[in-house]
Amino acid sequence: MQQLGMGQAVKQALREEMTRDERVFIAGEGVGVSIHDNPMLPTAGLLKEFGPTRVKDTPVSEAAIAGLAVGAAAAGLRPVVEIMFNPFFTLASDMIVNHAAKLRYLSGGKSTFPLVVRIKSGAGFGAGCQHAHNLEAWVAHCPGLRVIMPSTPADAKGLLKAAIRDDNPVIFIEDMMLYFAPGPVPNEEYLTPIGKAEIKRQGRDVTVVTWSKMLGVALKAAEQLAPEGIEAEIVDLRTLAPLDKEIILSSVRKTGRLVVLHEATRTGGFAGEVCAVVMEEAFSSLKAPFRRVTGPDIPVPASPPLERFYIPDEKQLIAAVREIL
Amino acid sequence: MQIAREKKIEMLQSMLLSRRFEESLTELCQVEGKIPGMMILCTGQEAVGSGVCAALSSEDVIISNHRSHNHLLAKGADPRAIMAEIYGKATGCNKGKSGTLHLAVPEINAPCTTTVVGGGLPIAVGVAFSQQYKKEECVTVCFFGDGAADEGSFHESLNLASLWNLPIIFVCENNLYAGAQRYEEHTRVEDIADRAIAYAMPGEVVNGNDVTAVYEAARRARRRAIAGDGPTLIECKTYRCRGHGESDHQLYQPKDEIAAWQEKCPIPRFRDEVLAQELITAEELSAMEATINAVVEDAVRFAEESPYPGPEEALEDVFVE
Repeated sequence: MQQLGMGQAVKQALREEMTRDERVFIAGEGVGVSIHDNPMLPTAGLLKEFGPTRVKDTPVSEAAIAGLAVGAAAAGLRPVVEIMFNPFFTLASDMIVNHAAKLRYLSGGKSTFPLVVRIKSGAGFGAGCQHAHNLEAWVAHCPGLRVIMPSTPADAKGLLKAAIRDDNPVIFIEDMMLYFAPGPVPNEEYLTPIGKAEIKRQGRDVTVVTWSKMLGVALKAAEQLAPEGIEAEIVDLRTLAPLDKEIILSSVRKTGRLVVLHEATRTGGFAGEVCAVVMEEAFSSLKAPFRRVTGPDIPVPASPPLERFYIPDEKQLIAAVREIL
Repeated sequence: MQIAREKKIEMLQSMLLSRRFEESLTELCQVEGKIPGMMILCTGQEAVGSGVCAALSSEDVIISNHRSHNHLLAKGADPRAIMAEIYGKATGCNKGKSGTLHLAVPEINAPCTTTVVGGGLPIAVGVAFSQQYKKEECVTVCFFGDGAADEGSFHESLNLASLWNLPIIFVCENNLYAGAQRYEEHTRVEDIADRAIAYAMPGEVVNGNDVTAVYEAARRARRRAIAGDGPTLIECKTYRCRGHGESDHQLYQPKDEIAAWQEKCPIPRFRDEVLAQELITAEELSAMEATINAVVEDAVRFAEESPYPGPEEALEDVFVE
């Protein structure tokens, strides 16, 4: 099996889908010629392979980039556009929230908007809060959008290919730190279904629900807990919308305990939604109150010790697990 | 430029249909419980949509805004389906999901009416990009108001359309009011068309109450776009005779100003011209008006007799399953 970083896996997905379907094109700031010439980055090299008709470098115009996707999708293409950093989503948000998400509904189901907005996300590279701000709960709150946040290169590839083939608008959020962490990716072609979570580690004592980069933190914590006889089951959501409730509920019914772990800030974070689903539908299975392990309610700070303080780590997760055992 | 008789008759008919359609809405929206929500009308601005759409092919795409009724009817939308949608009925073009403000009629290539001011501009760029990408011989028209020219999306869209040489016609329907603000209170330049210079595209001011002038400008812009010469900004100077919704008493619009513009109404002006040129007889005109009255009456009857959607139908059409 090949070993790829998530950026390389994304690139493979883009290359395969662009080769398969001429309607697929990519656009964004620096998707062709970039200030970063690192081959681990998702679109590096695609301009050379596919040419400037299908790899469109845009001006610094996030609203136009997102609108390009909405209009091109309405007219029958399958755009994959990139928002360079998650905080810049706010500049594109009218097109995504008021248009991509709503126009099918407003057409009474006549129109489809098969578009993908890839968003580069995550803290950990010291650039501070206007380049790092995980906003997945904002988009997951908007009916009409699918929201994907993969945690492994293999999932990223299979989910992005599925997203490009899906007839709905998909927000595909990539954690940039994962670009540089190689993992196994199948050599043969495959799709990963949207809306299906995956149990990344089996366990009987506590359910940890997480996604994206925090999967690594959860797995590390589980390894540290195992020698003490505490077996954590780790549910990787992969897709936030639609939410795979069944896998969460069946795991919690088995373990009776729940911790939700995400990097985004706490108040209004998606952990609240996961916990609410469990309270509504599996309350009687809970042996203890749930816990949330999240970023604190602060903007992502720039200085290394401050940023490390912001990003949840395995110590915090282990402490939360111990509290409810 | 010669305009064929048939084209002139088509434009007259299209303006008369819009006018009759909206006159009936003016009355109907005052009846308690009949039509939900806001009622934003383009009465008096019909020369813009009717003139532009007469210059388009059926494959060309239009993106519309708050005052969409004329644009859509001129592009060929079914008055029954539009009226039923305005009533919120299941037989409406969007099954009651959009109402009067967001009418989407993809079957006539009018896929999006947006009431986010300036929201149509980036989408129009995307549609035009698709036309260029697929090497189609057609263009995209984005209708927007003078208020939308104050939005950031205006800048991003015109810049990108020009940069990529897209087949798009930006039609600014300058009706001198954005909400309660008069043009001079929200914009310093005399002509929005002047802004085209900033994007290296042609900008043209036309009398928005002269349907033939609008038609000719749109035809020129379309020809440029099809020839691969890129976008054009056309500013149609017209006037907002109705308020920002029928509940707006227009206290901020001087009465003599409204009266003066009503004198410049695009319909009598063009009707008299067509009659004077003997392109149509008075009898033929009366017959045309009678047909249009019947079409609108039929649309109203259809809307009134149609059922409302079942409440649970609200859950449908969010996603492609």
